[in-house]
Amino acid sequence: MLVYIARRIIYVIPIVISVALVCFLLVHITPGDPLVAVLPPDASQELAAQMRAAYGFDRPLPVQFGLWFWKALHGDLGTSIASGRPVFTEVMRAVNNTFILACTASVIGFVFGVFFGLVAGYFRNTWIDKLATGIAVTGVSVPHYWLGMVLVIIFSVTLNWLPAVGAGPGGWAWDWEHIRFLILPAVTMSVIPMGIVTRTVRALTGDILSQDFVEALRSKGLRERQVFRHVVKNATPTAIAVMGLQLGYLLGGSILIETVFSWPGTGFLLNSAIFQRDLPLLQGTILVLALFFVFLNLVVDVAQAAIDPRIKRS
Amino acid sequence: MTGLDPLADVGGGAQPLLDVKGLTKHFPIGGGLFAARKLVRAVDDVSFAVGKGETVGIVGESGCGKSTTARLLMHLMPRNAGDILFDGQLVGADFSLRELRRGMQMVFQDSYASLNPRLTIEDSIAFGPKVHGVADADARGLARDLLTKVGLRPEVFANRYPHEVSGGQRQRVNIARALALKPRLVILDEAVSALDKSVEAQVLNLLTDLKREFGLTYLFISHDLNVVRYISDRVLVMYLGQVVELGPVDAVYDGPVHPYTRALLAAMPAMDPDARTQVPPISGDPPNPIDPPSGCRFHTRCPFVEEICAKTVPPLAPVDAHGHGAACLMAVPGSGHSRAPAAGAAA
Amino acid sequence: MTAVGDAALQAAPVHKARGYWTTVVRRLARDPVSMVCAAILLLILLATLFAPYLHLADPYQGSMIRRLRPIGTPGYPLGTDELGRDMLSRLIYGGRLSLLIGILPVILAFGIGTTLGLVAGYVGGKVNTAIMRTVDVFYAFPSVLLAIAISGVLGAGVVNSIVSLTVVFVPQITRVAESVTTGVRNLDFVDAARASGAGPITIMRVHMLGNVLGPIFVYATGLISVSMILASGLSFLGLGTKPPEPEWGLMLNTLRTAIYLNPGVAALPGVMIFAVSICFNMLSDGLRSAMDIRN
Repeated sequence: MLVYIARRIIYVIPIVISVALVCFLLVHITPGDPLVAVLPPDASQELAAQMRAAYGFDRPLPVQFGLWFWKALHGDLGTSIASGRPVFTEVMRAVNNTFILACTASVIGFVFGVFFGLVAGYFRNTWIDKLATGIAVTGVSVPHYWLGMVLVIIFSVTLNWLPAVGAGPGGWAWDWEHIRFLILPAVTMSVIPMGIVTRTVRALTGDILSQDFVEALRSKGLRERQVFRHVVKNATPTAIAVMGLQLGYLLGGSILIETVFSWPGTGFLLNSAIFQRDLPLLQGTILVLALFFVFLNLVVDVAQAAIDPRIKRS
Repeated sequence: MTGLDPLADVGGGAQPLLDVKGLTKHFPIGGGLFAARKLVRAVDDVSFAVGKGETVGIVGESGCGKSTTARLLMHLMPRNAGDILFDGQLVGADFSLRELRRGMQMVFQDSYASLNPRLTIEDSIAFGPKVHGVADADARGLARDLLTKVGLRPEVFANRYPHEVSGGQRQRVNIARALALKPRLVILDEAVSALDKSVEAQVLNLLTDLKREFGLTYLFISHDLNVVRYISDRVLVMYLGQVVELGPVDAVYDGPVHPYTRALLAAMPAMDPDARTQVPPISGDPPNPIDPPSGCRFHTRCPFVEEICAKTVPPLAPVDAHGHGAACLMAVPGSGHSRAPAAGAAA
Repeated sequence: MTAVGDAALQAAPVHKARGYWTTVVRRLARDPVSMVCAAILLLILLATLFAPYLHLADPYQGSMIRRLRPIGTPGYPLGTDELGRDMLSRLIYGGRLSLLIGILPVILAFGIGTTLGLVAGYVGGKVNTAIMRTVDVFYAFPSVLLAIAISGVLGAGVVNSIVSLTVVFVPQITRVAESVTTGVRNLDFVDAARASGAGPITIMRVHMLGNVLGPIFVYATGLISVSMILASGLSFLGLGTKPPEPEWGLMLNTLRTAIYLNPGVAALPGVMIFAVSICFNMLSDGLRSAMDIRN
């Protein structure tokens, strides 16, 4: 097991470096000089040269990358051009908010997904199955930013039950004053993982129920409820793994929902970085989110191997 | 029949059509950051010859390297060592791989997997000739002629897909496909093993007829000893990637020398209950080819094992003057094994 | 199959074989859900293609006095937007760009990804390692993040959107293509083709492509659903086309301010994205089961 973990970690190192390289190069494929974003339009030649040296843009690209990556490893992602604050601080504060949103959405999506998936797989080819798979395909096909708007129209505009935008006054706290801001964005965000988990669990349940050991359990006189428990036990590890990956997608893909609900997370940060052409902030946010995703993948792989010994062998 | 002409004979009747010398294939497996690379010795220093017009059988348990040998001969995978001479010629030096593939064709065991499911039977058979420059219409005509030759009515089968015909019919198609390039040598890799017994007999008879009609040479690989005896002139017994015994089929079947051959034949269901041999039947599974036993590879399962067997690799020694040979220390005069003939005694 | 059975089959009437794809299409045509989805998609596609002949109102012509009319207003069946432009006309014209930036990246990625995956899977070895490790790097980014990052850096615009989405989908299709190819490559008929002396290009064209294209195609049709949502999402963020150009995602964005005044009209562009996306998804599912000939 330890060997497996070590091998997985070593395998991740080149991925991390390549991810950093892609983030670094992103800025360099920008049309025009990256300095344009930093400099006032009427800057003199000397100022331009000075800034070029200050940002290290005058050195060869590999050297620039090395320096940038070395700093990034130490938590120094540069300074935001728009706010003048360290990118790292800005990103970390936003990551916290996105994390709250994505985790809540994951829990909702997981619970409903497992429920629909089990029901659909258990009552395969009945109207219950059709309904549950219908909900699943709707979940993965709906433009979630639009669903967010629809929910706002229903619950904020028409019924006036929940707030439409923001994350509540002051910093985050787990009280109703703040949670009521979380409900709509989290529900909106949960539909995609809900659909995917439903599909996965439905397929798993079908597979398990058609296997010989279930037939053996039934012939042993096991009641349906106990058979169902077996199914749950066998389907859960894969469902958790799928959900783990989905959490990663939610963290990285929260930008649209955060924009709809003005949720002050990484997506919101990314949005403002794009439109203010704040390249260090853009680069830093993408790097942090991508590394989070890589890390999550690693955790899911290792956890799955810990639960299911067959994976290690393959 | 339009199409290709067979490759011309080069060396005359005395020259073997296929001469294999020291054929070796090792597969590296595993390996990574922590584990050292290991080698599977799938085929290890195998040498034999196939005469023109002959049928040579290769028998052995699954995993002994029969199929790997077939693929190596077809040049479908690179070999680590060894020479493969086709009619005295070496691929790359005397003629091209493309030419070799005209001269040597193969029929695979899995009749379904060896036909492209998206092509009709006619298209599959015509593919080879078209690759070698035969015009489309001619290649199709050839395919239909060959279908007739293998006992399938072209008007019924030419436009069918592989999943629409039975296993026996598919194998007939595979034979037709192999013959489409007018080969001189056909390698039949467990070509009848997956068929029902009655169909198997029909296909074997077909193979015999085709051999006569086209003047073919067969290398017939199978784990079924009865079938090999029926069709072969000479036989080759393989164990863990090595040849342990070879010779004319009757000599080997009636007077096996190597304990492994004896055990194989003993395990064969005999037609005559009085003909049972007294050799103890073979026990256990073949050892792992990743880490084959030292010395004689059979010594871990051999009833006559002695100390010397684990130390000395037995050479393939002649047993008689008619090409019967075995790789067992008991057959090598003065080898040190207690059952070996005395040194200097005539073999 | 016994000898008798063999003989019986031999005597069977002359049989006209149907190709694989003909069978698949026939099976698909028997699935009502797939046919409804295909009909809806066809209707939307034809409407956008022939929009100029439909006698629609000018999609750019607004009027301050008839802003945000509700659905069902005489003369404006689907109401008007925040600048008083006819919604029906804008939705139909908007479909042109939305479908283009939703579907074109998948088509491009299908071509590039299939080629890369086929080469990686067939050639194997170092070529495979080089292609697949590069793909892994792009896989390390969540797709939405990658699309937005590339679009964000390249700047707003239709071409940039298409480029960024193509970059997102190429690795995904390459992975599928590679795994399918590797599976097919190990089948005996490929060895048989090599044994007949054919070169790699001929084998890939005649023997591999026909067997790998199906699964990759199904996967790609499913991706169109994701691509539609992402493409309109980019426009929604302001990274796609610019006003006053009609495009569903952008319309959704500009109508956001109107949800308090006229929620019905504000939600309409999303309905279109949703409809196209779900239809492609269901069609992809239908195609997948139609291609599973064993059932």
